[in-house]
Amino acid sequence: MNNIFVYLEIEDGIVGDVSLELLTKGRSLAKQLNCKLEAVAAGYKLDQIGAQVFPFGVDVLHIADDKRLAPYTSLPHTSLLVNLFKEEKPQIALMGATSIGRDLGPRVSSALFSGLTADCTSLEVGTYEDKKAGKVYENLLYQIRPAFGGNIVATIVNPDCRPQMATVREGVMKKEIKDPKFVGKTRKLDVSKYVADTDFVVEVIERHMEKSKLNIKGSPIIVSGGYGVGSAENFKLLHELAATLGGEVGASRAAVDAGFSEHERQIGQTGTTVRPKLYIACGISGQIQHIAGMQESAMIIAINNDPKAPINAIADYVITGTVEDVLPKMIKFYKKNSK
Amino acid sequence: MSFNIVVLAKQVPDTRNVGKDAMKADGTVNRAALPAIYNPEDLNALEQALRLKSKIEGATVHILTMGPARAAEIIRESMYRGADGGYLLSGREFAGSDTLATSYALACAIRKIGKVDLIICGRQAIDGDTAQVGPQVAEKLGLPQITYAEEILDLSDNKITIKRRLERGVEIVKGSLPMVVTVNGSAANCRPRHAKLTLKYKHAATPSEKQEAGSDYTDLYDAHPYLNITEWGVNDIEHDIQWLGLSGSPTKVKQIENVVFTAKESKRLTAADVEIESLMKELIANHTIG
Repeated sequence: MNNIFVYLEIEDGIVGDVSLELLTKGRSLAKQLNCKLEAVAAGYKLDQIGAQVFPFGVDVLHIADDKRLAPYTSLPHTSLLVNLFKEEKPQIALMGATSIGRDLGPRVSSALFSGLTADCTSLEVGTYEDKKAGKVYENLLYQIRPAFGGNIVATIVNPDCRPQMATVREGVMKKEIKDPKFVGKTRKLDVSKYVADTDFVVEVIERHMEKSKLNIKGSPIIVSGGYGVGSAENFKLLHELAATLGGEVGASRAAVDAGFSEHERQIGQTGTTVRPKLYIACGISGQIQHIAGMQESAMIIAINNDPKAPINAIADYVITGTVEDVLPKMIKFYKKNSK
Repeated sequence: MSFNIVVLAKQVPDTRNVGKDAMKADGTVNRAALPAIYNPEDLNALEQALRLKSKIEGATVHILTMGPARAAEIIRESMYRGADGGYLLSGREFAGSDTLATSYALACAIRKIGKVDLIICGRQAIDGDTAQVGPQVAEKLGLPQITYAEEILDLSDNKITIKRRLERGVEIVKGSLPMVVTVNGSAANCRPRHAKLTLKYKHAATPSEKQEAGSDYTDLYDAHPYLNITEWGVNDIEHDIQWLGLSGSPTKVKQIENVVFTAKESKRLTAADVEIESLMKELIANHTIG
């Protein structure tokens, strides 16, 4: 009772990074709140899940192994969590802000009337005073998230309803093994007790999942472009520079919206959070929602023809010039001076 | 045979084009500096609805939106693009709603509309980016959901087949109606306004808008009932007040902070060859690259 639950995202028997990151965060919250960390695996052929998650300090692993639970569909996974949560009464439930977590989370929160905060960038524990009701709540989960296109950061709390639910994007939290030898308890669930046959109303006819070819999150060098790059054609320059330096190409939301780059390259609050060794921002003005996703880069070079672009404030080097002019020169002088 | 589609839409501040004056000196959002627009993904949803309308005989498309009086603008906008009409849910009882209270109010309004075969909405609104209202409306109505829809591939024998665009792939799924579908921004753009429809619906208005405009046009609305946009307050829908507004919202905002980043001392360079070359040499020397 009153423990922290993490819903595990599983593809082909492998637990997703986003879930392992949440387990890491869940572990530290559990320590602070002096409670246990539990995980829920729903899918098919889940024998290898325990070995993947126990090193992250999972005290109890609930396994719902049923052919019909894979691939994911909304209603069966919702029923499973809703009925399990009614039994176990977790104080906190976390899931990835992914296409699964953002489909499942709202439905579960609605069924349980428990508040859900999407896309949190930070989770902390603290007190909350409801001045109107004259009540003080201890040990609430602070669900911290950007709002209004990233122009403000809001701290959300769920004073009265449990579980306190939050989703977090991949890459926002750090993934860290607690003890490679640790083994918690496994609890096999009788799926028919949790999920009704009538829940299987949506049928997956076809499915093409790709392992992400991109590894923006893990790349030490990122060459990223914004709306100021001007065209998909000019984005090729970024790819050329990235290939020369051995890095990946990223993009701002504005560049993705304009169709200059694919959505999976988006960096920022609504994309991936990155912490590379070098971040080269090309034609990016520096909207807060973008900066929040890359400000922890060790070194930032901003290339912009607007000397007053907001991103310049957080850059180590500011080059005033156009992408078409500067990038070919960087490629040329890198080649000339390297090795 | 009738086939009733309801599109859930929201009027939102345009947070994508936030200028320098978007924040006030005290750190609050300057709403006046942000134009109110039709939430982009709701337009993608409207397009999917209109495509079905053109394929299914007798199909109707109505917009349901919750918001202040001026949110009727997006209902008119929808009519200019081909929708049959809409419902505005408005009132101070709805103020302070989080996504759950919003979903409850919308679900009550959908029950009031009556027989609805398909509910379509955008995946998420750009002012909150939560993507919660669609699934929560589905749960409140006890309906199944298909999220992240990119295209409705087929609708026949009361079954809908949909292509979903997910972060790492594509899925084709099939389910029975009635259903809630949320549509991605990667779906087809909404058709432009149609000049004929714009002329036809220019005077479409809610009762409050008519009242504000004066009574000169009473005859017009009597002669053209399609110009009446339905406006519902809290008493027009069957509801339990505790699930609306602030009391129906389990999440509370503890604190709002303006985002401030610590500025670094940056080196300024021009695009001159010598400066770029010396920068590249420096990066190679300190092993940042190479």
